[in-house]
Amino acid sequence: MDARATLVEIRDEVAAGGRRAAEVCDLFLARIAAIDPDLAAFLTVDAEAARREAAEVDRRVARGERLPLAGVPIAVKDTLATRGLATTAASRLLDGYVPPYDATAVARLKAAGAVVLGKTNCDEFAMGSSTENSAFGPTRNPWAAGRTPGGSSGGSAAAVAARLAPAALGSDTGGSIRQPAAFCGVVGLRPTWGRVSRYGLIAFASSLDQVGPLSRTVRDAAAVLTVIAGPDEADATASATPLADYEAACDRGCLGLKIGVPRRSLESGVDEAVAARFEAALAVLADQGASLVDVDLPHERHAVPVYYLVATAEASANLARYDGVRFGLRVGPPAGGGVDRMYRDTRGAGFGREVVRRIMLGTYALRAGYYDAYYQKAQLVRALMRRDYDAALARVDVVATPTTPTAAFGLGEKIDDPIAMYLADVLTVGPSLAGLPAISVPCGFIGASLPVGLQLVGRPFDEATVVAAAAAHERATPWHTAEPPAARLAGPAI
Amino acid sequence: MPARLTREEVARIADLARLELPDADLDRLARELTGILTFAGQIAAVDTRAAEAAVEAGPAGGRLRADVPRLSLPREDALAQAPAADAAGCFTVPRVIG
Repeated sequence: MDARATLVEIRDEVAAGGRRAAEVCDLFLARIAAIDPDLAAFLTVDAEAARREAAEVDRRVARGERLPLAGVPIAVKDTLATRGLATTAASRLLDGYVPPYDATAVARLKAAGAVVLGKTNCDEFAMGSSTENSAFGPTRNPWAAGRTPGGSSGGSAAAVAARLAPAALGSDTGGSIRQPAAFCGVVGLRPTWGRVSRYGLIAFASSLDQVGPLSRTVRDAAAVLTVIAGPDEADATASATPLADYEAACDRGCLGLKIGVPRRSLESGVDEAVAARFEAALAVLADQGASLVDVDLPHERHAVPVYYLVATAEASANLARYDGVRFGLRVGPPAGGGVDRMYRDTRGAGFGREVVRRIMLGTYALRAGYYDAYYQKAQLVRALMRRDYDAALARVDVVATPTTPTAAFGLGEKIDDPIAMYLADVLTVGPSLAGLPAISVPCGFIGASLPVGLQLVGRPFDEATVVAAAAAHERATPWHTAEPPAARLAGPAI
Repeated sequence: MPARLTREEVARIADLARLELPDADLDRLARELTGILTFAGQIAAVDTRAAEAAVEAGPAGGRLRADVPRLSLPREDALAQAPAADAAGCFTVPRVIG
Protein backbone atom coordinates (compact mmCIF):
# COMPACT_ATOMS: atom_id res chain seq x y z
CA MET A 1 0.00 0.00 0.00
CA ASP A 2 1.13 3.53 -0.69
CA ALA A 3 -0.44 6.96 -0.35
CA ARG A 4 -2.43 6.37 -3.53
CA ALA A 5 -4.74 4.09 -1.56
CA THR A 6 -8.29 5.35 -1.26
CA LEU A 7 -10.12 5.67 2.04
CA VAL A 8 -12.27 2.65 1.19
CA GLU A 9 -9.21 0.54 0.33
CA ILE A 10 -7.49 1.49 3.59
CA ARG A 11 -10.64 0.85 5.61
CA ASP A 12 -11.22 -2.56 4.03
CA GLU A 13 -7.62 -3.64 4.51
CA VAL A 14 -7.41 -2.52 8.14
CA ALA A 15 -10.83 -3.95 8.99
CA ALA A 16 -9.81 -7.30 7.50
CA GLY A 17 -6.63 -7.34 9.58
CA GLY A 18 -4.37 -7.14 6.51
CA ARG A 19 -2.83 -3.85 7.54
CA ARG A 20 -2.41 -2.17 10.91
CA ALA A 21 -3.84 1.29 11.48
CA ALA A 22 -0.51 2.22 13.08
CA GLU A 23 1.40 1.50 9.83
CA VAL A 24 -1.04 3.53 7.78
CA CYS A 25 -0.85 6.39 10.25
CA ASP A 26 2.96 6.38 10.13
CA LEU A 27 2.95 6.40 6.33
CA PHE A 28 0.86 9.56 6.20
CA LEU A 29 2.68 11.26 9.10
CA ALA A 30 5.96 10.69 7.26
CA ARG A 31 4.48 12.21 4.11
CA ILE A 32 3.25 15.24 6.03
CA ALA A 33 6.69 15.73 7.58
CA ALA A 34 8.38 15.50 4.17
CA ILE A 35 5.95 17.38 1.94
CA ASP A 36 3.90 19.78 4.04
CA PRO A 37 6.68 22.30 4.67
CA ASP A 38 6.29 23.23 0.97
CA LEU A 39 2.47 23.37 1.08
CA ALA A 40 1.48 24.54 4.57
CA ALA A 41 -1.75 22.56 4.41
CA PHE A 42 -1.60 21.78 8.15
CA LEU A 43 -1.60 24.20 11.06
CA THR A 44 -1.19 21.53 13.74
CA VAL A 45 -0.02 17.93 13.58
CA ASP A 46 0.10 15.93 16.79
CA ALA A 47 1.94 12.80 15.65
CA GLU A 48 1.97 11.27 19.10
CA ALA A 49 -1.80 11.66 19.55
CA ALA A 50 -2.39 10.25 16.06
CA ARG A 51 -0.21 7.22 16.82
CA ARG A 52 -2.07 6.67 20.09
CA GLU A 53 -5.41 6.79 18.29
CA ALA A 54 -4.14 4.41 15.61
CA ALA A 55 -2.88 1.93 18.21
CA GLU A 56 -6.29 2.06 19.88
CA VAL A 57 -7.97 1.33 16.54
CA ASP A 58 -5.72 -1.69 16.11
CA ARG A 59 -6.77 -2.94 19.56
CA ARG A 60 -10.44 -2.42 18.68
CA VAL A 61 -10.07 -4.29 15.38
CA ALA A 62 -8.25 -7.11 17.18
CA ARG A 63 -11.15 -7.31 19.64
CA GLY A 64 -13.47 -7.88 16.69
CA GLU A 65 -15.13 -4.48 16.56
CA ARG A 66 -16.54 -3.65 13.13
CA LEU A 67 -15.40 -0.13 12.39
CA PRO A 68 -16.82 1.67 9.33
CA LEU A 69 -13.67 3.81 8.97
CA ALA A 70 -11.12 1.45 10.50
CA GLY A 71 -7.67 3.03 10.53
CA VAL A 72 -8.51 5.77 8.05
CA PRO A 73 -6.27 8.82 8.57
CA ILE A 74 -8.25 12.04 8.38
CA ALA A 75 -7.26 15.70 8.30
CA VAL A 76 -9.67 18.07 10.03
CA LYS A 77 -10.25 21.71 9.15
CA ASP A 78 -9.25 24.02 11.97
CA THR A 79 -12.82 25.35 12.27
CA LEU A 80 -13.85 22.08 13.96
CA ALA A 81 -13.24 21.55 17.66
CA THR A 82 -10.89 18.68 18.51
CA ARG A 83 -10.52 17.66 22.14
CA GLY A 84 -6.97 18.25 23.34
CA LEU A 85 -5.79 19.45 19.92
CA ALA A 86 -5.32 23.17 19.23
CA THR A 87 -8.22 24.68 17.27
CA THR A 88 -7.73 28.24 16.03
CA ALA A 89 -9.94 28.75 12.96
CA ALA A 90 -6.67 30.24 11.62
CA SER A 91 -7.21 33.31 13.83
CA ARG A 92 -4.83 35.06 16.21
CA LEU A 93 -7.85 35.44 18.44
CA LEU A 94 -7.90 31.68 19.11
CA ASP A 95 -4.14 31.07 18.91
CA GLY A 96 -3.38 28.40 21.48
CA TYR A 97 -7.02 27.51 22.19
CA VAL A 98 -7.35 23.81 23.05
CA PRO A 99 -11.01 22.69 23.07
CA PRO A 100 -12.24 20.52 25.93
CA TYR A 101 -14.56 18.61 23.57
CA ASP A 102 -14.83 17.16 20.07
CA ALA A 103 -17.18 18.48 17.40
CA THR A 104 -19.88 15.87 16.76
CA ALA A 105 -18.53 15.15 13.26
CA VAL A 106 -15.05 14.56 14.72
CA ALA A 107 -16.37 12.42 17.58
CA ARG A 108 -18.28 10.25 15.09
CA LEU A 109 -15.20 9.81 12.90
CA LYS A 110 -13.13 8.72 15.90
CA ALA A 111 -15.84 6.32 17.09
CA ALA A 112 -15.87 4.85 13.56
CA GLY A 113 -12.14 4.12 13.75
CA ALA A 114 -10.74 7.13 11.89
CA VAL A 115 -7.47 8.65 13.08
CA VAL A 116 -7.13 12.43 13.21
CA LEU A 117 -3.74 13.38 11.71
CA GLY A 118 -3.98 17.09 12.41
CA LYS A 119 -5.73 20.38 11.75
CA THR A 120 -5.74 22.05 8.37
CA ASN A 121 -5.26 25.67 7.39
CA CYS A 122 -8.15 27.82 6.25
CA ASP A 123 -9.20 31.41 5.86
CA GLU A 124 -9.65 33.01 9.28
CA PHE A 125 -13.03 31.93 10.68
CA ALA A 126 -13.66 30.39 7.23
CA MET A 127 -13.99 33.86 5.72
CA GLY A 128 -12.33 33.81 2.34
CA SER A 129 -11.90 31.97 -0.93
CA SER A 130 -8.14 31.47 -1.08
CA THR A 131 -6.81 30.51 2.40
CA GLU A 132 -4.77 33.73 2.20
CA ASN A 133 -6.78 35.16 5.11
CA SER A 134 -5.22 32.66 7.51
CA ALA A 135 -3.39 34.49 10.30
CA PHE A 136 -0.69 31.83 9.98
CA GLY A 137 0.13 32.26 6.29
CA PRO A 138 -1.34 30.86 3.07
CA THR A 139 -1.46 27.27 1.82
CA ARG A 140 -0.07 26.57 -1.64
CA ASN A 141 -1.89 24.73 -4.39
CA PRO A 142 -0.29 21.27 -4.89
CA TRP A 143 -0.79 21.66 -8.65
CA ALA A 144 0.86 25.07 -8.90
CA ALA A 145 2.85 26.49 -6.01
CA GLY A 146 2.24 30.10 -7.09
CA ARG A 147 -1.52 29.69 -6.92
CA THR A 148 -4.03 29.46 -4.09
CA PRO A 149 -5.69 26.17 -3.18
CA GLY A 150 -8.99 28.06 -2.92
CA GLY A 151 -10.77 28.49 0.35
CA SER A 152 -11.78 28.55 2.91
CA SER A 153 -11.03 24.80 3.35
CA GLY A 154 -7.83 25.21 1.31
CA GLY A 155 -5.66 23.22 3.71
CA SER A 156 -8.05 20.26 3.64
CA ALA A 157 -8.20 20.29 -0.18
CA ALA A 158 -4.42 20.64 -0.56
CA ALA A 159 -3.78 17.85 1.97
CA VAL A 160 -6.07 15.44 0.11
CA ALA A 161 -4.69 16.41 -3.33
CA ALA A 162 -1.10 15.93 -2.16
CA ARG A 163 -1.99 12.53 -0.69
CA LEU A 164 -1.16 13.70 2.84
CA ALA A 165 -4.50 12.20 3.92
CA PRO A 166 -7.03 10.10 2.01
CA ALA A 167 -9.83 12.36 3.22
CA ALA A 168 -10.47 15.50 5.22
CA LEU A 169 -13.29 17.33 6.88
CA GLY A 170 -14.11 20.81 5.70
CA SER A 171 -16.86 23.29 6.34
CA ASP A 172 -18.84 25.07 3.65
CA THR A 173 -20.74 28.32 4.10
CA GLY A 174 -20.74 29.75 0.57
CA GLY A 175 -18.53 27.24 -1.23
CA SER A 176 -15.69 26.60 1.20
CA ILE A 177 -15.62 22.84 0.53
CA ARG A 178 -16.52 22.84 -3.17
CA GLN A 179 -14.36 25.71 -4.45
CA PRO A 180 -11.05 24.47 -2.94
CA ALA A 181 -11.95 20.92 -4.04
CA ALA A 182 -12.30 22.24 -7.60
CA PHE A 183 -9.05 24.22 -7.41
CA CYS A 184 -7.10 21.22 -6.06
CA GLY A 185 -8.65 18.52 -8.28
CA VAL A 186 -10.41 16.56 -5.52
CA VAL A 187 -13.97 15.71 -4.51
CA GLY A 188 -15.78 18.02 -2.08
CA LEU A 189 -19.29 17.35 -0.76
CA ARG A 190 -21.45 19.96 0.93
CA PRO A 191 -24.37 18.07 2.50
CA THR A 192 -27.86 19.52 2.85
CA TRP A 193 -28.06 22.15 5.60
CA GLY A 194 -29.14 20.08 8.60
CA ARG A 195 -27.72 16.77 7.35
CA VAL A 196 -24.61 16.95 9.55
CA SER A 197 -24.49 18.32 13.09
CA ARG A 198 -22.78 21.69 13.48
CA TYR A 199 -21.99 21.08 17.15
CA GLY A 200 -18.35 22.03 17.62
CA LEU A 201 -18.09 23.81 14.27
CA ILE A 202 -16.87 27.33 14.96
CA ALA A 203 -19.83 29.37 13.78
CA PHE A 204 -19.52 31.80 10.88
CA ALA A 205 -23.04 32.10 9.39
CA SER A 206 -25.35 29.65 11.10
CA SER A 207 -28.08 29.47 8.43
CA LEU A 208 -25.44 28.51 5.85
CA ASP A 209 -22.63 26.63 7.65
CA GLN A 210 -22.40 22.90 7.01
CA VAL A 211 -19.71 20.25 7.64
CA GLY A 212 -18.68 17.86 4.87
CA PRO A 213 -15.91 15.66 3.44
CA LEU A 214 -13.16 16.19 0.90
CA SER A 215 -11.61 13.09 -0.67
CA ARG A 216 -10.18 11.76 -3.91
CA THR A 217 -13.17 9.62 -4.89
CA VAL A 218 -16.92 10.06 -4.62
CA ARG A 219 -17.23 6.73 -2.80
CA ASP A 220 -14.77 7.92 -0.15
CA ALA A 221 -16.83 11.07 0.40
CA ALA A 222 -19.95 8.91 0.67
CA ALA A 223 -18.28 6.72 3.28
CA VAL A 224 -17.42 9.75 5.43
CA LEU A 225 -20.89 11.25 5.01
CA THR A 226 -22.45 7.98 6.18
CA VAL A 227 -20.55 8.27 9.46
CA ILE A 228 -20.97 11.98 10.20
CA ALA A 229 -24.60 12.48 9.07
CA GLY A 230 -27.74 12.25 11.16
CA PRO A 231 -29.50 13.80 14.14
CA ASP A 232 -27.61 14.98 17.20
CA GLU A 233 -28.91 15.95 20.60
CA ALA A 234 -26.33 18.73 20.71
CA ASP A 235 -27.65 20.42 17.52
CA ALA A 236 -31.39 20.97 17.24
CA THR A 237 -31.03 21.75 13.54
CA ALA A 238 -29.44 18.38 12.73
CA SER A 239 -32.27 16.65 10.90
CA ALA A 240 -33.77 13.23 11.61
CA THR A 241 -34.58 12.79 7.90
CA PRO A 242 -33.52 9.17 7.20
CA LEU A 243 -30.07 8.58 5.74
CA ALA A 244 -29.61 6.66 2.51
CA ASP A 245 -26.95 4.07 1.71
CA TYR A 246 -24.59 6.60 0.16
CA GLU A 247 -21.92 4.08 -0.80
CA ALA A 248 -24.45 1.89 -2.57
CA ALA A 249 -25.71 5.00 -4.36
CA CYS A 250 -22.27 5.31 -5.97
CA ASP A 251 -23.08 2.20 -8.02
CA ARG A 252 -26.47 3.37 -9.27
CA GLY A 253 -25.15 5.10 -12.36
CA CYS A 254 -26.98 7.98 -13.98
CA LEU A 255 -29.09 6.15 -16.55
CA GLY A 256 -32.39 8.03 -16.82
CA LEU A 257 -31.35 10.88 -14.54
CA LYS A 258 -32.44 14.32 -15.65
CA ILE A 259 -29.70 16.88 -15.31
CA GLY A 260 -30.68 20.52 -15.37
CA VAL A 261 -28.33 23.10 -16.88
CA PRO A 262 -29.03 26.77 -16.02
CA ARG A 263 -27.73 28.06 -19.36
CA ARG A 264 -28.79 31.65 -18.83
CA SER A 265 -26.97 31.89 -15.48
CA LEU A 266 -23.79 30.63 -17.16
CA GLU A 267 -23.88 32.97 -20.15
CA SER A 268 -21.38 35.43 -18.76
CA GLY A 269 -18.60 35.42 -16.22
CA VAL A 270 -17.40 31.85 -16.77
CA ASP A 271 -13.92 31.46 -18.21
CA GLU A 272 -14.02 29.92 -21.70
CA ALA A 273 -11.67 27.07 -20.85
CA VAL A 274 -13.74 26.22 -17.74
CA ALA A 275 -16.92 26.29 -19.84
CA ALA A 276 -15.31 23.87 -22.31
CA ARG A 277 -14.46 21.38 -19.53
CA PHE A 278 -18.00 21.73 -18.21
CA GLU A 279 -19.52 20.94 -21.61
CA ALA A 280 -17.28 17.88 -21.85
CA ALA A 281 -18.50 16.75 -18.40
CA LEU A 282 -22.13 17.15 -19.50
CA ALA A 283 -21.36 15.05 -22.57
CA VAL A 284 -19.92 12.33 -20.32
CA LEU A 285 -23.09 12.31 -18.19
CA ALA A 286 -25.27 12.20 -21.32
CA ASP A 287 -23.15 9.35 -22.62
CA GLN A 288 -23.86 7.47 -19.38
CA GLY A 289 -27.58 7.75 -19.99
CA ALA A 290 -28.53 11.03 -18.35
CA SER A 291 -30.68 13.52 -20.20
CA LEU A 292 -29.82 17.20 -20.22
CA VAL A 293 -32.58 19.73 -19.67
CA ASP A 294 -32.35 23.53 -19.70
CA VAL A 295 -33.53 25.07 -16.44
CA ASP A 296 -33.87 28.69 -15.38
CA LEU A 297 -32.70 30.18 -12.09
CA PRO A 298 -33.76 33.79 -12.68
CA HIS A 299 -32.62 35.15 -9.31
CA GLU A 300 -29.24 33.39 -9.32
CA ARG A 301 -27.51 36.55 -10.58
CA HIS A 302 -28.18 38.16 -7.20
CA ALA A 303 -26.59 35.29 -5.26
CA VAL A 304 -23.29 36.98 -4.38
CA PRO A 305 -24.81 40.23 -3.00
CA VAL A 306 -27.46 38.28 -1.09
CA TYR A 307 -24.84 35.94 0.31
CA TYR A 308 -22.52 38.71 1.48
CA LEU A 309 -25.36 40.52 3.27
CA VAL A 310 -26.82 37.42 4.96
CA ALA A 311 -23.49 35.80 5.84
CA THR A 312 -21.88 38.95 7.22
CA ALA A 313 -24.95 39.85 9.28
CA GLU A 314 -24.89 36.40 10.89
CA ALA A 315 -21.11 36.58 11.31
CA SER A 316 -21.30 39.90 13.13
CA ALA A 317 -23.59 38.26 15.68
CA ASN A 318 -21.69 34.96 15.92
CA LEU A 319 -18.30 36.62 16.38
CA ALA A 320 -19.59 38.74 19.26
CA ARG A 321 -18.59 35.81 21.50
CA TYR A 322 -14.89 36.62 21.08
CA ASP A 323 -14.66 39.00 24.00
CA GLY A 324 -11.45 37.99 25.76
CA VAL A 325 -13.33 36.52 28.71
CA ARG A 326 -13.83 32.76 28.36
CA PHE A 327 -11.21 31.64 25.83
CA GLY A 328 -8.69 32.92 23.36
CA LEU A 329 -6.80 36.16 23.25
CA ARG A 330 -7.16 39.00 25.75
CA VAL A 331 -5.50 42.36 25.10
CA GLY A 332 -5.47 45.23 27.56
CA PRO A 333 -7.01 47.21 28.98
CA PRO A 334 -4.39 49.86 29.62
CA ALA A 335 -4.17 51.17 33.18
CA GLY A 336 -7.45 52.74 34.19
CA GLY A 337 -9.38 51.02 31.39
CA GLY A 338 -12.42 48.85 32.06
CA VAL A 339 -13.95 45.77 30.52
CA ASP A 340 -15.32 47.63 27.48
CA ARG A 341 -11.85 48.84 26.53
CA MET A 342 -10.58 45.27 26.91
CA TYR A 343 -13.26 44.02 24.48
CA ARG A 344 -12.28 46.64 21.91
CA ASP A 345 -8.55 46.12 22.22
CA THR A 346 -8.89 42.33 22.12
CA ARG A 347 -11.12 42.30 19.05
CA GLY A 348 -9.17 45.01 17.26
CA ALA A 349 -5.91 43.14 17.78
CA GLY A 350 -7.21 39.59 17.31
CA PHE A 351 -9.26 39.77 14.13
CA GLY A 352 -7.62 39.96 10.72
CA ARG A 353 -8.52 42.34 7.91
CA GLU A 354 -11.22 40.28 6.16
CA VAL A 355 -12.91 39.31 9.42
CA VAL A 356 -13.05 42.98 10.46
CA ARG A 357 -14.46 43.87 7.05
CA ARG A 358 -17.23 41.30 7.40
CA ILE A 359 -18.10 42.14 10.99
CA MET A 360 -18.33 45.80 9.96
CA LEU A 361 -20.48 45.01 6.91
CA GLY A 362 -22.76 42.77 8.96
CA THR A 363 -23.08 45.28 11.77
CA TYR A 364 -23.99 47.93 9.21
CA ALA A 365 -26.56 45.70 7.48
CA LEU A 366 -28.28 44.92 10.78
CA ARG A 367 -28.42 48.52 12.02
CA ALA A 368 -31.75 50.07 12.80
CA GLY A 369 -32.79 52.00 9.71
CA TYR A 370 -30.80 49.78 7.31
CA TYR A 371 -32.09 46.35 8.37
CA ASP A 372 -35.04 46.36 5.95
CA ALA A 373 -32.99 47.62 3.01
CA TYR A 374 -30.16 45.12 3.40
CA TYR A 375 -30.67 42.07 5.61
CA GLN A 376 -34.44 41.72 5.22
CA LYS A 377 -34.30 42.43 1.50
CA ALA A 378 -31.52 39.86 1.11
CA GLN A 379 -33.62 37.24 2.92
CA LEU A 380 -36.53 37.93 0.58
CA VAL A 381 -34.36 37.51 -2.51
CA ARG A 382 -32.97 34.37 -0.89
CA ALA A 383 -36.52 33.00 -0.61
CA LEU A 384 -37.02 33.66 -4.34
CA MET A 385 -33.74 31.91 -5.13
CA ARG A 386 -34.91 28.90 -3.14
CA ARG A 387 -38.16 28.87 -5.11
CA ASP A 388 -36.19 28.91 -8.35
CA TYR A 389 -34.28 25.84 -7.23
CA ASP A 390 -37.49 24.13 -6.03
CA ALA A 391 -39.06 24.71 -9.44
CA ALA A 392 -35.98 23.48 -11.30
CA LEU A 393 -35.54 20.42 -9.08
CA ALA A 394 -39.19 19.50 -9.56
CA ARG A 395 -38.33 18.96 -13.23
CA VAL A 396 -34.82 17.52 -12.94
CA ASP A 397 -32.91 15.31 -10.49
CA VAL A 398 -29.79 17.46 -10.20
CA VAL A 399 -28.62 20.83 -11.47
CA ALA A 400 -25.13 21.00 -13.01
CA THR A 401 -22.78 23.98 -13.27
CA PRO A 402 -19.04 24.48 -13.20
CA THR A 403 -17.98 24.76 -9.54
CA THR A 404 -16.01 27.96 -10.14
CA PRO A 405 -15.88 30.55 -12.93
CA THR A 406 -12.08 30.18 -13.26
CA ALA A 407 -9.38 27.71 -12.30
CA ALA A 408 -7.12 28.46 -9.30
CA PHE A 409 -5.96 32.08 -9.27
CA GLY A 410 -2.56 33.34 -8.17
CA LEU A 411 -1.49 34.01 -4.59
CA GLY A 412 -1.96 37.73 -4.02
CA GLU A 413 -4.03 38.17 -7.19
CA LYS A 414 -7.35 39.09 -5.54
CA ILE A 415 -6.46 39.70 -1.92
CA ASP A 416 -6.73 43.48 -2.17
CA ASP A 417 -10.00 43.47 -4.10
CA PRO A 418 -12.78 42.09 -1.88
CA ILE A 419 -15.47 42.11 -4.58
CA ALA A 420 -13.26 40.24 -7.06
CA MET A 421 -12.58 37.67 -4.32
CA TYR A 422 -16.30 37.36 -3.49
CA LEU A 423 -17.09 36.70 -7.15
CA ALA A 424 -14.92 33.56 -6.99
CA ASP A 425 -17.95 32.07 -5.17
CA VAL A 426 -20.52 33.12 -7.77
CA LEU A 427 -21.50 29.53 -8.65
CA THR A 428 -21.41 28.03 -5.16
CA VAL A 429 -23.28 30.56 -2.99
CA GLY A 430 -26.65 29.89 -4.65
CA PRO A 431 -26.97 26.25 -3.54
CA SER A 432 -25.71 27.33 -0.08
CA LEU A 433 -28.43 29.97 0.24
CA ALA A 434 -31.01 27.38 -0.85
CA GLY A 435 -29.66 24.86 1.72
CA LEU A 436 -29.13 22.20 -0.94
CA PRO A 437 -26.62 19.34 -1.13
CA ALA A 438 -23.89 19.92 -3.72
CA ILE A 439 -20.72 18.16 -4.77
CA SER A 440 -17.68 19.22 -6.76
CA VAL A 441 -15.86 16.54 -8.72
CA PRO A 442 -12.79 16.88 -10.97
CA CYS A 443 -13.77 17.31 -14.63
CA GLY A 444 -10.49 18.01 -16.37
CA PHE A 445 -7.64 20.45 -16.55
CA ILE A 446 -6.81 23.76 -18.10
CA GLY A 447 -3.43 23.25 -19.70
CA ALA A 448 -1.57 20.42 -18.04
CA SER A 449 -2.09 21.25 -14.43
CA LEU A 450 -4.97 23.49 -13.39
CA PRO A 451 -7.93 21.38 -12.25
CA VAL A 452 -11.54 22.28 -13.03
CA GLY A 453 -14.57 21.14 -11.03
CA LEU A 454 -18.07 20.05 -12.00
CA GLN A 455 -20.75 21.00 -9.46
CA LEU A 456 -23.88 18.85 -9.09
CA VAL A 457 -26.69 20.19 -6.88
CA GLY A 458 -29.53 18.02 -5.58
CA ARG A 459 -32.84 18.17 -3.77
CA PRO A 460 -32.84 18.63 0.00
CA PHE A 461 -31.55 15.48 1.74
CA ASP A 462 -31.07 13.71 -1.60
CA GLU A 463 -27.30 13.36 -1.33
CA ALA A 464 -27.74 9.84 -2.75
CA THR A 465 -28.71 11.10 -6.21
CA VAL A 466 -25.93 13.69 -6.12
CA VAL A 467 -23.27 11.05 -5.40
CA ALA A 468 -24.83 8.65 -7.93
CA ALA A 469 -24.42 11.18 -10.73
CA ALA A 470 -20.98 12.25 -9.51
CA ALA A 471 -19.74 8.67 -9.26
CA ALA A 472 -21.06 7.92 -12.75
CA HIS A 473 -19.03 10.83 -14.11
CA GLU A 474 -15.99 9.71 -12.13
CA ARG A 475 -16.14 6.14 -13.44
CA ALA A 476 -16.13 7.38 -17.01
CA THR A 477 -13.23 9.83 -16.61
CA PRO A 478 -9.58 9.65 -15.48
CA TRP A 479 -9.37 13.03 -13.74
CA HIS A 480 -9.56 11.82 -10.13
CA THR A 481 -6.46 9.66 -10.60
CA ALA A 482 -4.20 12.52 -11.74
CA GLU A 483 -1.37 13.22 -9.33
CA PRO A 484 -0.12 16.75 -8.62
CA PRO A 485 3.63 17.43 -8.66
CA ALA A 486 3.62 18.25 -4.93
CA ALA A 487 2.42 14.72 -4.08
CA ARG A 488 5.88 13.28 -4.93
CA LEU A 489 4.50 9.78 -5.02
CA ALA A 490 7.81 8.12 -5.86
CA GLY A 491 8.41 7.84 -2.08
CA PRO A 492 8.24 4.78 0.18
CA ALA A 493 5.36 2.32 0.29
CA ILE A 494 4.38 0.07 3.16
CA MET B 1 -29.52 53.53 0.60
CA PRO B 2 -26.52 55.79 1.18
CA ALA B 3 -24.02 55.34 -1.61
CA ARG B 4 -21.01 56.53 0.34
CA LEU B 5 -19.94 55.82 3.90
CA THR B 6 -18.05 58.53 5.72
CA ARG B 7 -15.13 57.96 8.01
CA GLU B 8 -17.38 59.02 10.92
CA GLU B 9 -20.01 56.41 10.04
CA VAL B 10 -17.32 53.74 9.85
CA ALA B 11 -16.02 54.82 13.26
CA ARG B 12 -19.56 54.54 14.63
CA ILE B 13 -19.98 51.00 13.24
CA ALA B 14 -16.60 49.98 14.67
CA ASP B 15 -17.81 51.32 18.00
CA LEU B 16 -21.00 49.25 17.81
CA ALA B 17 -18.97 46.16 16.92
CA ARG B 18 -16.47 46.82 19.76
CA LEU B 19 -13.50 46.98 17.41
CA GLU B 20 -10.58 49.27 18.21
CA LEU B 21 -9.18 50.15 14.79
CA PRO B 22 -6.25 52.34 13.75
CA ASP B 23 -7.22 55.60 12.04
CA ALA B 24 -5.71 54.48 8.75
CA ASP B 25 -8.06 51.48 8.71
CA LEU B 26 -11.12 53.71 9.01
CA ASP B 27 -10.36 55.42 5.70
CA ARG B 28 -9.67 52.14 3.95
CA LEU B 29 -12.83 50.56 5.36
CA ALA B 30 -14.92 53.57 4.34
CA ARG B 31 -13.74 53.04 0.77
CA GLU B 32 -14.13 49.24 0.80
CA LEU B 33 -17.51 49.14 2.53
CA THR B 34 -18.85 51.80 0.17
CA GLY B 35 -17.77 49.62 -2.74
CA ILE B 36 -19.28 46.45 -1.30
CA LEU B 37 -22.56 48.13 -0.32
CA THR B 38 -22.89 49.70 -3.77
CA PHE B 39 -22.37 46.25 -5.27
CA ALA B 40 -24.78 44.59 -2.83
CA GLY B 41 -27.27 47.42 -3.31
CA GLN B 42 -28.24 45.93 -6.69
CA ILE B 43 -30.77 43.76 -4.85
CA ALA B 44 -32.84 46.86 -4.04
CA ALA B 45 -34.25 46.65 -7.55
CA VAL B 46 -35.42 43.02 -7.25
CA ASP B 47 -39.19 42.59 -7.10
CA THR B 48 -39.65 40.53 -3.94
CA ARG B 49 -43.40 40.88 -3.54
CA ALA B 50 -43.84 37.20 -4.32
CA ALA B 51 -41.65 36.14 -1.41
CA GLU B 52 -43.04 35.58 2.01
CA ALA B 53 -41.88 38.13 4.53
CA ALA B 54 -40.92 35.36 6.92
CA VAL B 55 -37.21 34.84 7.38
CA GLU B 56 -36.54 31.21 6.64
CA ALA B 57 -33.85 29.34 8.51
CA GLY B 58 -33.69 26.35 6.21
CA PRO B 59 -35.43 23.09 5.44
CA ALA B 60 -34.82 21.32 8.75
CA GLY B 61 -37.24 21.87 11.61
CA GLY B 62 -35.89 22.37 15.09
CA ARG B 63 -35.67 19.23 17.20
CA LEU B 64 -35.74 19.48 20.96
CA ARG B 65 -34.26 16.91 23.30
CA ALA B 66 -35.93 15.77 26.52
CA ASP B 67 -35.73 18.37 29.28
CA VAL B 68 -33.65 16.20 31.60
CA PRO B 69 -30.83 17.51 33.80
CA ARG B 70 -27.43 16.21 32.78
CA LEU B 71 -23.78 16.90 33.40
CA SER B 72 -22.27 19.55 31.19
CA LEU B 73 -18.70 20.72 30.74
CA PRO B 74 -16.84 20.44 34.07
CA ARG B 75 -16.05 23.86 35.54
CA GLU B 76 -12.30 23.29 35.55
CA ASP B 77 -12.37 22.35 31.86
CA ALA B 78 -14.31 25.51 31.05
CA LEU B 79 -11.93 27.67 33.05
CA ALA B 80 -8.79 26.01 31.68
CA GLN B 81 -8.91 28.09 28.49
CA ALA B 82 -9.84 31.41 30.13
CA PRO B 83 -7.40 34.31 29.82
CA ALA B 84 -8.03 35.02 33.51
CA ALA B 85 -9.79 33.10 36.26
CA ASP B 86 -9.64 33.08 40.05
CA ALA B 87 -9.22 30.41 42.69
CA ALA B 88 -12.93 30.48 43.46
CA GLY B 89 -13.61 29.08 39.98
CA CYS B 90 -14.86 32.21 38.23
CA PHE B 91 -13.84 34.00 35.06
CA THR B 92 -12.35 37.35 35.96
CA VAL B 93 -12.64 40.52 33.92
CA PRO B 94 -11.37 44.10 34.21
CA ARG B 95 -13.46 46.67 36.07
CA VAL B 96 -17.06 46.68 34.78
CA ILE B 97 -18.66 49.60 36.66
CA GLY B 98 -17.33 53.14 37.07
